[in-house]
Amino acid sequence: MSGTLNLLIGLAMGMNLLALGSSRLPALIRAMSIQGMLLGVMPLLMEHERLDWRVVLVALATIGGKGILIPGLLRRATRAANIEREIEPFIGFIPSLLLGAGGTIAAVALARALPLLPEHVGTLLVPGSLASILTGFILLIGRAKAIAQVCGYLILENGIYLFGLLLIHSTPLLVESGILLDVTVGVFIIGIIVDRIQRAFDSLDTRKLTTLRE
Amino acid sequence: MNPLLLIIVPLVGAALAAFWPDNRTRPWFLPAVGLVHVVMTFWLFINPPIVTPDAWLGFDPLARAVLPAVSLLFLVSAVYGVSYLRIRSERPNRVFVAVLLAILGLLSAGHQARHLGLLWITTEAVTLAAVPLLHFNNTPRAFEATWKYLLVGGTGIALSLLGSFCLGYASLHGGGVGDLTFTSLTAQGAGLSHPWVLTAWVLLLVGYGTKMGLAPMHTWKPDAYGEAPGIVGAILAGGVTTVAFTAILRVRSVVAAAGAGPIADRTLLVIGLFSMLVAALFLLGTRDYKRMLAYSSVEHMGILCIGAALGTAGAAAALFHVWSNSLTKGSLFLSAGNIRRAAGSPLMDDVRGMAVLTPRSAALFVAGMFAVTACPPFGPFFSELQVVRASLTAWHGVATAIFLTCLLLAFFGLTRVIFGIVDGRPHPTTKANSKNFVETIGVLAPPFVLLGLSLWLGLFTPAILREAWLAAVAQLFPTP
Repeated sequence: MSGTLNLLIGLAMGMNLLALGSSRLPALIRAMSIQGMLLGVMPLLMEHERLDWRVVLVALATIGGKGILIPGLLRRATRAANIEREIEPFIGFIPSLLLGAGGTIAAVALARALPLLPEHVGTLLVPGSLASILTGFILLIGRAKAIAQVCGYLILENGIYLFGLLLIHSTPLLVESGILLDVTVGVFIIGIIVDRIQRAFDSLDTRKLTTLRE
Repeated sequence: MNPLLLIIVPLVGAALAAFWPDNRTRPWFLPAVGLVHVVMTFWLFINPPIVTPDAWLGFDPLARAVLPAVSLLFLVSAVYGVSYLRIRSERPNRVFVAVLLAILGLLSAGHQARHLGLLWITTEAVTLAAVPLLHFNNTPRAFEATWKYLLVGGTGIALSLLGSFCLGYASLHGGGVGDLTFTSLTAQGAGLSHPWVLTAWVLLLVGYGTKMGLAPMHTWKPDAYGEAPGIVGAILAGGVTTVAFTAILRVRSVVAAAGAGPIADRTLLVIGLFSMLVAALFLLGTRDYKRMLAYSSVEHMGILCIGAALGTAGAAAALFHVWSNSLTKGSLFLSAGNIRRAAGSPLMDDVRGMAVLTPRSAALFVAGMFAVTACPPFGPFFSELQVVRASLTAWHGVATAIFLTCLLLAFFGLTRVIFGIVDGRPHPTTKANSKNFVETIGVLAPPFVLLGLSLWLGLFTPAILREAWLAAVAQLFPTP
C-alpha cells in the first residue's frame, strides 16, 4: 500500500510545481483541484484491514470539497469578475519554480532529521506536507491576483492535511470533519470577500489594496 | 447547571436573531442574550462544577478565571450595540447581530475547550465569524482591512493546526495513543517526543500569537480595528484575543510537562517584549486614533505573554491583566467609536477640539487613556505592578527595564494622539459633522460602566476573583 500512497504523494508534489509554473488562473485552479482529489483518495489507502465507513465519508467529503466544490467556486469567481486570466507575479515563474524545487529537496532533507514512527519512515507524507506548505507560502507572497493567493492558501491547507494523515488512526474523525467544515466555510467567506473587493475596487489586483498603512 | 448552556444559549439566540424579521427590534437580542450569559457565567463562577479530567469541554479553573470577564464585556458592549445600531439604522443588521451572538457562543466554547482539535475548530470559527463584522461599514477601506485580516489570520490559524498535529504526533511517537485532550497530553509529560514538542510549540505560538496579535504577526490588527465599528473592536480586543491567550497558556503547560518549560518561557518573554517594543514605536508614529488602540492592544498582549513567562506569580498577574485589559480597552474602543462618529474622520490631522463637540465622550476617552497607560488606581496599574514584581523576583532586571521603558513610550504615544484630538479649536467641517451625533445615555453609559469596573477591579479586587486566578494557576502549574 505504501507504494501507491507514495506515488499519489509524489503526484501531489508534482502538482505543487505545476501550480508554481502556471501563468494562467484556470491552470492554477486545475492543479489545485487535482491535488485536492489526490489527497481525498489517500485516507482510503491508509486503512489496513477493513474500510471504516467514516473514513470513506471523510474521503468523499474531501474529494467533493477540495477537488470539485472549491475549485468550482473559484472558477465561477474568475468568470464572474471577468478578470484577465493572466497571473501577474511578484516573484517570476522561473524563480518560483526554482524556489519550489529547492524547497522540495529541503523538505525531504528536513523530514529525515525529524524522528518518525517505523510505519511512517518509508512514506513521503512529511516531505510532501512540508513541500506543499512552502509552495502555498510562495504563492501567497508571490502572486498579485486575489484568486491566485486563495489558491496558495488552499495548497498550504493541503499540506497541513497531508500532515494530518499521520494522525488519522488516532484522532477521532469528528475533529477531522470539523476541520474540513471550517476550511470549506473559510473558502466560501474568502470567495464573498473577493467578490466585494472586485466591486469596491473594480479589480482583483491586491496591489491596489494599499490605503491602510502607517 | 450544565456549562454547555453557555455555548448553546448564544447560538440559539444567534439563530433566532437571524430569522427575526424586524431590523429595529432585532438589536435587543444582544443585551438579552448577553444578560442571560452573564447570569449563567457568574452562577458557574460562584458554584464551579466538577470537571471530569478527560472531558472535551468543561468549565475548568482556567475558563472560570477568564470567561466571566469576556461575558461582562460582551453584555456592556451589547447595550452599546443597541444604541449604535439605532444610529446606523440605514444598514441592515441581521448578519451583524446574529454573528455577534454566535461569536459569544464560540468564545464560550473556546475558553472551555480541553481538546486541542476542538480548541482549533472554535478559534477558526471565531476568526471566520468576525469577517462580516469587520466590513460592516461597506467601504473599500473596510474590504481592504478584511482581506488582510483573512489572509494573515487564515495563515496563522493554519499554522496552529499544523502545530496541533505536531503535538499529536509527539504523543504518538512517544508511545501514546495520540489523544489530543490537554489532560492526557500533560499526563504523558516527559514521554512526549522532544523534537516534535518543540516544533509544535513554535507553530502553536506563531499560530495563536497571530490571533492574539503579537508582533511581528500583528499586521492585521491596526487595519481591522481601524476600520471596524468600535463595538467590534471592543469585543475583538477584549474577548477574541483572550481565547488565543488561554490557548497559549494551555499549550505552555503541556510543553512544560514535557520538560521544555524553560525554553517556552524564554520564547514567551522575548516575543512579549518584542511586541511591547514594536507597539510602543508605532504608537509614537501613528496619526489615526483607532489604529492607535490596535497598537495599544498589541502592547497589552505583549504584557500578557511576559506575565505568562514568569512562573506562577506572573501567570496570576497575567490573568488579572486579562480582566483589567478587557474592561479598560472595551471602554476606550466604545468612547473612540463615539468620537469617530461625531468627527467623521479617524485622523488626528482632521480632528481637533472634541472636548468642545463631544465633551462627555472626550472625558471618558481621556480617563480611559490614563487607565490603560497604568495610572493608579485603575485595574491595569495593579496588574502591571504585579507583572513587574514577578519579573524582579525572577531576577529579570533587563527585561523589567525594557518593559518599563516601553510603557513610558506608549504613554507618550497615546497622550500625543489623544490630547491632539481632544484639545484645540474644532475644524468647521468637524463641527458640521458632529451635529448629526447626539451623546445619548445609550452611548455614554456603557464606556462609563466599563471604566468604573476597571476602577473597581483596581481598588477592591474581590477575594473570590483572586482565588479563581490562583486556582487557574494551580491548574496550569501542577505541583509534582
